[in-house]
Amino acid sequence: MKGLTPIVKKVAQLMSGIIFMYGIYIVVHGHLTPGGAFAGGIILAGSFILLILAFGSEVIKLRKEETGSSFTESVAILATIILATAGFFAGSMVFFNNYLPKGTVGELVSAGAIPLYNIFIGVEVAAAIVTIFLALIIFKEEEEER
Amino acid sequence: MTVFIMCFILFLVGLYGVLTRRNLIKIVISVTIMEFSVFLFLVLIGYIENGLAPILTEELNNPVFVDPLPQAMVLTAIVIGLATSAMLLAIAIRLYKKYGTFDIRKINNLKG
Amino acid sequence: MSNLVPLFVILPLATAFLIPIFGRFIEGFQKSLLSLVLLFLTILAIHFIVAGIGQPIAYQVGGWSPENGIPIAIYLVLDGLSVLLLLIISLIGFLSTFYSISYIRKFTSQNNFFALLSLMIAGMNGVVLTGDMFNMYVFLEIAVIASYALVAFGIERTELEASFKYQVLGGVASLLILFAIGLLYWKTQTLNMADIANVLKSGNNGLFLVFTQVLLIAGFGLKAAMIPFHAWLPDAHSSAPSPISAMLSGVLIKAVGIYAILRLFFNMFAISYEISMVITVIGTLSMVVGVFLAIGQWDLKRLLAYHSISQMGYVIIGVGMGMLILAEGGDRSIASLAIAGGLFHLVNHAVFKGLLFLNSGAIEYVTGTRNLKMMGGLFKSLPVTSTTALGASLSISGIPPFNGFFSKLVIIVAAIQGEFYLLAVLAIVVSIVTLASFMKFQRYAFFNKSKFTRKIKEVPFPMCFSMVVLVILCLGLSLLIFPGIRDIILTPAVDVLMETTNYSSAIIGM
Repeated sequence: MKGLTPIVKKVAQLMSGIIFMYGIYIVVHGHLTPGGAFAGGIILAGSFILLILAFGSEVIKLRKEETGSSFTESVAILATIILATAGFFAGSMVFFNNYLPKGTVGELVSAGAIPLYNIFIGVEVAAAIVTIFLALIIFKEEEEER
Repeated sequence: MTVFIMCFILFLVGLYGVLTRRNLIKIVISVTIMEFSVFLFLVLIGYIENGLAPILTEELNNPVFVDPLPQAMVLTAIVIGLATSAMLLAIAIRLYKKYGTFDIRKINNLKG
Repeated sequence: MSNLVPLFVILPLATAFLIPIFGRFIEGFQKSLLSLVLLFLTILAIHFIVAGIGQPIAYQVGGWSPENGIPIAIYLVLDGLSVLLLLIISLIGFLSTFYSISYIRKFTSQNNFFALLSLMIAGMNGVVLTGDMFNMYVFLEIAVIASYALVAFGIERTELEASFKYQVLGGVASLLILFAIGLLYWKTQTLNMADIANVLKSGNNGLFLVFTQVLLIAGFGLKAAMIPFHAWLPDAHSSAPSPISAMLSGVLIKAVGIYAILRLFFNMFAISYEISMVITVIGTLSMVVGVFLAIGQWDLKRLLAYHSISQMGYVIIGVGMGMLILAEGGDRSIASLAIAGGLFHLVNHAVFKGLLFLNSGAIEYVTGTRNLKMMGGLFKSLPVTSTTALGASLSISGIPPFNGFFSKLVIIVAAIQGEFYLLAVLAIVVSIVTLASFMKFQRYAFFNKSKFTRKIKEVPFPMCFSMVVLVILCLGLSLLIFPGIRDIILTPAVDVLMETTNYSSAIIGM
């Protein structure tokens, strides 16, 4: 699939940066405002998918499979599980314990380990959505080459 | 009470789509419509009269919030619905490549 | 030791995400890691059984203790019934993984296979362990979505079509379950199963509760492949790769279907006569219709899949009779005998149906066909496969001294003692028809004249090992009928169900 017109390409380049920043804002403020991990992760994925859609298959022509995003996804989930298990050893012996110090309500650095969970799961959701999209796009590429 | 009946009607619309449509993609969309109706029902359960959105800030004292637990349930269920739709669409695309058509009347190799 | 309960969920989940990272670099990493993890979980489950579970272990995730007497944490509950199912899941999972070490050579992306299998096991462990309604829905969806992908693994035309049909039907059933969970939350304002049992004891419930119960029977009945919700099972279980068929038919329809019905209708809702009658009638229909649909099949795996429906009917009849006796306030010892028969048959069916599917996989690996008319004379060429298949066929038909005889005997004796004479007669008739069906399998596959011109050798060692272990278990599980061994394994599970709603007081102490 060829890319779209140059106007769309330029606007997509500008907008994807803003969308990426907005996604990071939603993820990091997950304990203060609505949103959090899932919604922010999908917005982050949206910025990547916008670029792929605007530039067409030239961007991904050199790859045969979606290893980068799949690798990121696995690493992010393992980080979540390690964070949960660290609560097992650090505090009392329960998993998913909220063991980091909790600050005051309404500050950015507060609520223990919850912002860390938000960041890891946000990265994971973004990587998962990009992996699904790439898997479907690359499959279509193989079909068109035949 | 009427909002719950509207949710149920949306569920029935989705069910009608799953039962009668012949195109694979339309079946997938109908399953998604059914899912959304159940999510709507779950969120509407937690409504309390004159309740505020359940976000804790500094200026309020003894506010009445709507129930936040169904909202958390629906967030998780939306992600599960996303996984279900992605799975269905991946299989539908591969079915198109194998059979050459989206029509379910022609995709019936398994009998008996 | 009670802190190790979440390991049953966390270990397979971590394995599922370690495999894609390291499987690319280290050869054979995925197979050995998953086998070791499942072996460890089997030993852990055996340890929990042998150490005895007097009081159920209620583990609060995150350490949130109840506030003002209201339980706010997600509970992971380990009691007699959960540990029995955990043992079956881990054991059959380990043997399937070991079998697929050599079977998987026919497929290309081995990493994905073992990662998906690991996710499915994590989901099933979660369903069995959890004490929270919405958490059960989440783990149910994890297990079932992984199984959709595994059914479509070898990407041929029939497998994709079977997977699509399975997905649409399974998706609708999951939505019915979610709808019922929403209705329950509306009524009781809580999601904890023990707390719901407490709240429902006091109020007057009526039509609303019956509607919720019917929705749950429909939703979980489709997962457990009961008539009239069985339409997906023959296609899905016959198109999947053989170790996955063994897992699906042997464990998945029990862990997410029958276990959920047991847990919800014994320990959460008060037993009512009408629902017990509905469950028993559905069980009887499954038993009878399943076996008569199976007789005419010439495809080996479709035959086995239809027999799964029939044997699940046996389990549901055993449990349903227990419910009926408890609802009428009859003799509790007969009810406990019926439920013990049902659970014993559940364990037995996991073992011998898993063995039958592994045998069919071995036959397909060597000869390349599943059609009974095109096989023959395999007894001389495949000695291990033939012997184990003979053992499994005798088990499922109910011939002593194999385990199937004893569990069917307990169900029929309980039916006669509880004066359900029609069910006893139907159980005996269905058992005879099952015997006829498996005699057909044995004759056409192993004892006819051989139609193959090329040389057929025995299957590789990992496949033989799994099959031999399972056939030894088929003989060994007959020992569960003796009181000493039965008290360790079966009686705690039966006691949990017989307590009905008093279970909730043990969990949250209210």
